[in-house]
Amino acid sequence: MNSALIVILLCLLLSIYLGVQARRGKTMNLEQWSTGGRSFGTLFVFLLSAGEIYTTFTFLGGSGWAYGKGGPTFYILWYGALAYILSYWLLPAIWRYAKEHNLLSQSDFFIAKYNSPALGVIVSIIGIIAMIPYLVTQLKGLGAIMEIASYGSISATAAVWIGVIAVTIYVMASGVHGTAWTAVLKDGLVLVVVVFLGIYLPVHYYGGIGQMFHAIDQAKPGYLALPAKGNSVYWFISTVLLTALGFYTWPHSFQAVYTAKNEQTFRRNAIVFPLYQLILLFVFFVGFAAILTVNPPLKGSAGDNSLLVLSVQTFPKWVVGLIGASGLLCAIVPGSMLLMTSATMISKNLYKVINPRASEQSVSRLAHYLVPVVALIALYFTFNGQTIVALLLMGYSLVTQFFPAIVFSFMKRNPITKYGAIFGILAGEVVVAYTTITSQSVATLMPFMPQWVKDLNIGIVAMVVNLVVTFVVSAFTRNAAAAVKPAARA
Amino acid sequence: MKWLAALPFLALIMGMFFANRTEPFVLGMPFILFWTVLWVVLTSVIMFIVYKTDPVNRGGDPR
Repeated sequence: MNSALIVILLCLLLSIYLGVQARRGKTMNLEQWSTGGRSFGTLFVFLLSAGEIYTTFTFLGGSGWAYGKGGPTFYILWYGALAYILSYWLLPAIWRYAKEHNLLSQSDFFIAKYNSPALGVIVSIIGIIAMIPYLVTQLKGLGAIMEIASYGSISATAAVWIGVIAVTIYVMASGVHGTAWTAVLKDGLVLVVVVFLGIYLPVHYYGGIGQMFHAIDQAKPGYLALPAKGNSVYWFISTVLLTALGFYTWPHSFQAVYTAKNEQTFRRNAIVFPLYQLILLFVFFVGFAAILTVNPPLKGSAGDNSLLVLSVQTFPKWVVGLIGASGLLCAIVPGSMLLMTSATMISKNLYKVINPRASEQSVSRLAHYLVPVVALIALYFTFNGQTIVALLLMGYSLVTQFFPAIVFSFMKRNPITKYGAIFGILAGEVVVAYTTITSQSVATLMPFMPQWVKDLNIGIVAMVVNLVVTFVVSAFTRNAAAAVKPAARA
Repeated sequence: MKWLAALPFLALIMGMFFANRTEPFVLGMPFILFWTVLWVVLTSVIMFIVYKTDPVNRGGDPR
């Protein structure tokens, strides 16, 4: 057994211990299990939300983009910063409404706001369709990281099984409490590993970060800026704005919001988060460092392994083991939130709708039992998923379509009706599905348009269709909207 | 001071056209990256000012 494997397994055991012990002294009803009894302080809420900063994407996608695409990578820092600005006003409003109405899931929010169980079912189904591929991505990333970091001692398949079993155990036992405790371990370890890699590798191979950028600019002029076509400035701006809008529309993001003890937490976090996500810079530095140092060069999606390949090439086994352990935690912590949120939505917003007489206790029990079921579905797609790639590409765009209905619901007079919200979301989703499955872009949809329009993110089209349908349907269903209970507009 | 929160959005929408270049290198970073890091840091500063001047954080009605 090599030292890398020992480090990875020790971290895995520690995360399971932390996850399971988190249930001590708590009665795990559905509210405690899925929202932590709305008792989490600033640190736990911060780490649950920061889970979105450090996923397996941190290790694979972030460095992979820097390695394979150069300048366009910087959009990742922009969309986070802008999303945190929105969070200052959006998250306290969501939290306040959820606490007043005792909401446990994102679907509950839509049901209460629009007085529409049908909208809740639609949001649940779309949310689950978006979350499963996200979970699969984490598992695929986990497999890739563990296989490389263990020097082949653990196959990707075995790594995925180990990760899923670990996360299933502590999610069933402790719910969001387990996620919060393992998030402490994850962020602590990732912070140290990423900053170390981001400073050491450029210094080791180039003499410094500045020297690295100069060397890349000389070898590949223009690579560090945005190209004139394709991933141009217009692509950059439209992608940043769309991604910032979708940042908090994921169902598991709502789940993290519901755990907070008070709304001040979100306002304070909005100050710290932009600085905290600057840690991603160090991930980019590793990807950039690999450009002129990894031989032979990595082609296409193999660029996603640039951080791992360069690390294996540079460090002793125990350091690579620490990197592998960080990657493991980056998969299982966000994965646990996705698992728990999916199980909660299926039991509370689908099963309870079909069987309205079901007791709270039976709904809670079902949510627990659904965790391994959802995990097995994710495993199936991890090992057999071809179509899952298309779903994954759609995931972010799918949940972004919720944004108008969420934001308008907080206006003093909500201008959209429940029918407007339903048909607007569905119209947006149809456009997302069509453009993703057929690989359409604005350029292929509208080849006659000027270049700057063709470079815009295709998600803009779905959002415009969503808004138009929302307002047109709302205009025609205004009378029906009068039946919406006043409390739903609070 | 809530209007300050609009500045990072303007820095993206207006500023990226001006910032999309590698030179001059600032603090060892290509200019586009320096511009990005600068505005991420300024976003934190701006949100701190918004937080400190927001009556909600001094016991005002959040609604």
